[in-house]
Amino acid sequence: MHSKPDKASWGLTLGAIGGLLFLHFPMFVIFLYSFTTDEATYSFPLPGFTTKWFGVAMGRQDLWDALMLSLQVASVATLAALVLGTLAAAAVYRSDFFGRDAISFLLVLPIALPGIVTGIALRSAIGSMEIPFSFWTIIIGHATFCVVVVYNNVLARFRRMSGTQIEASMDLGANSFQTFRYVVLPNIGTALLAGGMLAFALSFDEVIVTTFTAGQQSTLPIWIFSQLVRPRDRPVTNVVATIVILITFLPIFFAQKISAESSETEGGSK
Amino acid sequence: MTHPAIRFEKVSRHFGDIKAVDAVDLEIKDGEFFSMLGPSGSGKTTCLRMIAGFDRPTAGSIFLYGQEVSTLPPFERDVNTVFQDYALFPHMNVGANVAYGLMIKGVAKEERKKRVDEMLDLVQLRGFADRKPSQLSGGQRQRVALARALINHPKVLLLDEPLGALDLKLRQQMQIELKSIQQRVGITFIFVTHDQEEALTMSDRIAVFNQGKIEQIGTPSDVYERPATSFVAGFVGTSNLIHGASAKRITGEEGTYSVRPEKIRLAYAADSFSPKMIYANGTVRDVIYLGLYTRYLVEIEGGDTLVIIEQNLRSTSMDVLKLRGQSVRLSWEKDHMTKVGG
Amino acid sequence: MANRLSAFFFRNPKLVTLLLLSLPLAYMVVVYLGSLFALLINSFYYLEEFTGLVVKEFTLSTYGQLLKPANLGIFGRTAGMALAVTIMDAIIAFPLAYYIAKFASPRLRTYLYIAVTLPLWSSYIVRVYAWKLILSKEGIVSWFVDLLHLNFALDWVLSLPGIGGSSLSLSPIGMFIAFCYIWLPYMIVPIQTALERVPKSLLEASSDLGATPAQTLRTVILPLAFPGVVAGSIFTFSLTLGDFIVPQSLGNSRFFIGQAVYSYQGTAGNIPLAAAFTMGPIVIMIAYLLIARKLGAFDAL
Repeated sequence: MHSKPDKASWGLTLGAIGGLLFLHFPMFVIFLYSFTTDEATYSFPLPGFTTKWFGVAMGRQDLWDALMLSLQVASVATLAALVLGTLAAAAVYRSDFFGRDAISFLLVLPIALPGIVTGIALRSAIGSMEIPFSFWTIIIGHATFCVVVVYNNVLARFRRMSGTQIEASMDLGANSFQTFRYVVLPNIGTALLAGGMLAFALSFDEVIVTTFTAGQQSTLPIWIFSQLVRPRDRPVTNVVATIVILITFLPIFFAQKISAESSETEGGSK
Repeated sequence: MTHPAIRFEKVSRHFGDIKAVDAVDLEIKDGEFFSMLGPSGSGKTTCLRMIAGFDRPTAGSIFLYGQEVSTLPPFERDVNTVFQDYALFPHMNVGANVAYGLMIKGVAKEERKKRVDEMLDLVQLRGFADRKPSQLSGGQRQRVALARALINHPKVLLLDEPLGALDLKLRQQMQIELKSIQQRVGITFIFVTHDQEEALTMSDRIAVFNQGKIEQIGTPSDVYERPATSFVAGFVGTSNLIHGASAKRITGEEGTYSVRPEKIRLAYAADSFSPKMIYANGTVRDVIYLGLYTRYLVEIEGGDTLVIIEQNLRSTSMDVLKLRGQSVRLSWEKDHMTKVGG
Repeated sequence: MANRLSAFFFRNPKLVTLLLLSLPLAYMVVVYLGSLFALLINSFYYLEEFTGLVVKEFTLSTYGQLLKPANLGIFGRTAGMALAVTIMDAIIAFPLAYYIAKFASPRLRTYLYIAVTLPLWSSYIVRVYAWKLILSKEGIVSWFVDLLHLNFALDWVLSLPGIGGSSLSLSPIGMFIAFCYIWLPYMIVPIQTALERVPKSLLEASSDLGATPAQTLRTVILPLAFPGVVAGSIFTFSLTLGDFIVPQSLGNSRFFIGQAVYSYQGTAGNIPLAAAFTMGPIVIMIAYLLIARKLGAFDAL
């Protein structure tokens, strides 16, 4: 034996730590900057610390409007994704029909193709049908790429669930609806939760498709984008960015933990 | 009751070109412990699934106590199943699992609780109602699955290789227990297995399946002592098949004959002659000493090799191993040899 | 009633599958594929220059406009950036993916996996914004460079034609860094998945047969990780091709595909040209997906 297979070399460990730092350091920077006293530039080191920008942000009606719009859009888009994604997952799980690969491919397309493709396609289609751009056109756009998140989570859970459970339930006298309520739903419950939370986070942050499907409304990410191109309220933007991170962090973290744990316990019982 | 518990009338189930079950006729009597025995892919599990309603026949009819059920969904049949992987609901505790069928039927809560307790007593799991299936051992899960099915008082209970996942000791214990539970509740049990010992231990009657057809139906002793086909002879226990030149030499007739290894006696020299016995001369090719007994491979005149098992009542390993290469004379009673078809 | 309906469902499993599928499929086909198809049709129309209206007549002239040197330059620049980002991400992703797949304890692995995928789902726009802060003239990087007295090196890099600019946050280098950062998780996850499928015994066999760790890496691990790299590159490449947020926020005034599409459909109202532009990334991606499938990369997705 030339080396112990279980021990990573220092070079590899260093590379891994470096990659991890690169992934997370920028988030920390935003957090830091939301406390800066510098109003005009992004100077570093920070000239001083203050929490006043949180108060300023709280007082801004345009931010509240954007936040409320983002929350509403994310909630409705998540709901649509839950329904469509679960239906598609159930259909693909229960049968071996030839088109199942095509369905997975179709559902993953909106996140595999650049957002701009989805965005401009929807914009020109909606525009040519002379539907006014509104809250609902944003939802239509967001639902296309949120469905796959729920679909993947629920399908994975279906595949881990012992198929005889459904047979057992019917065998014990439960019809399809009772079986769904008492056996299927509790089994996929956490997958729905995880998929739903991811879909929510995805929709809450989305900016590319939204710029094409929104009319005059501004979601929170669109508000940030406008500040990126033409910075006017630097300190407030820092605060808003921090808030966006905090709002999306918890659902994503718990969604990931749910998926990781459910696959772990499954592995353990085998 | 005049009707049999289960009757198959020319039942077939085809998957594409594969005939999983091929025009099977079958009658299972009320209250019997009936086993479907066969290798995997022989059609026994498909038959079970058609009785449960998970699968429907491509052709033919299935009757449950005289009522045609071929197309009824599982939730409209008075039949319950114990699954191979138990299929317990992981999100419910043991009590809720067992009560499931009653809950669906809308039985009141107190009544449910009372009957769950009775059932758990029956399967010796008193006090386990609040545990989760994941906290149980394999044997305990098996009992929960049994209780969950029996609580509904089905007309027929189906068991799909339920002991397959258990270790040998537990399996033997459960075999005895299952049989005694069946006698207590008096429900018709249909038991699918590929383990011949299991089938022989518990069953009133056995159907031996092969390639979608039933080769033989009979009591354990019928199937063991008078196998109808060479497949049955080979699948149920080990059996010596004597054919061709060897058969002609011994019996004077062409054909295939089966003799169980433990029925053959081994003599070192010609002993007395009896007209009730059959004799054959041969050479010991191999001796395998197995402690409790010894297995001999003897090539008889005509070319067939027979397996002979003898208990080591008086002999030691030194004694038996000396026999390798010796000429011997084999004998067995005429009654112990059956002519088999196929 | 419920029983009768259930029984009907049970006897017609194919019908149930169809019913389940109808709603999501209708949505995706009508809304999504329908829009994509409408976009394709649009790319065969053209914009009448004087009136500024779209003329709905079949023409290839819009595609002809793509071949203008300026537009070809946009394609070249974007594809070059996408390629550079993909290669860099593969290099950064590999050690972390390898560590997670083969060396982390199960518990640590769960947390590392979450740490990697967390940015995948969160705050795309905020993460772009972070680099605006970090790379700005008076920001952290400048401060750090100053601390090390390396200002001359930074100035020299920024003076390079093609990749330089007035500051890091207004240069292709800045875009490059931001792109690498944003798409990195998309590269780590598939490589990790591919490496997790490599049985440990294979690595032991290699070292047992006398290979040094470096040789094992080169002859066993890297080839087996390759499908993962290809799978990851589908995302890094595609997402870079179509992005307009990063070039808009961090780049200089030279256009990328995403920006061109954005501005043509927006201020210019030239939807046919914008549509023709998006066909570029779509065609490149479809070709890429087909090649990737041949290489077996889909298994690592």
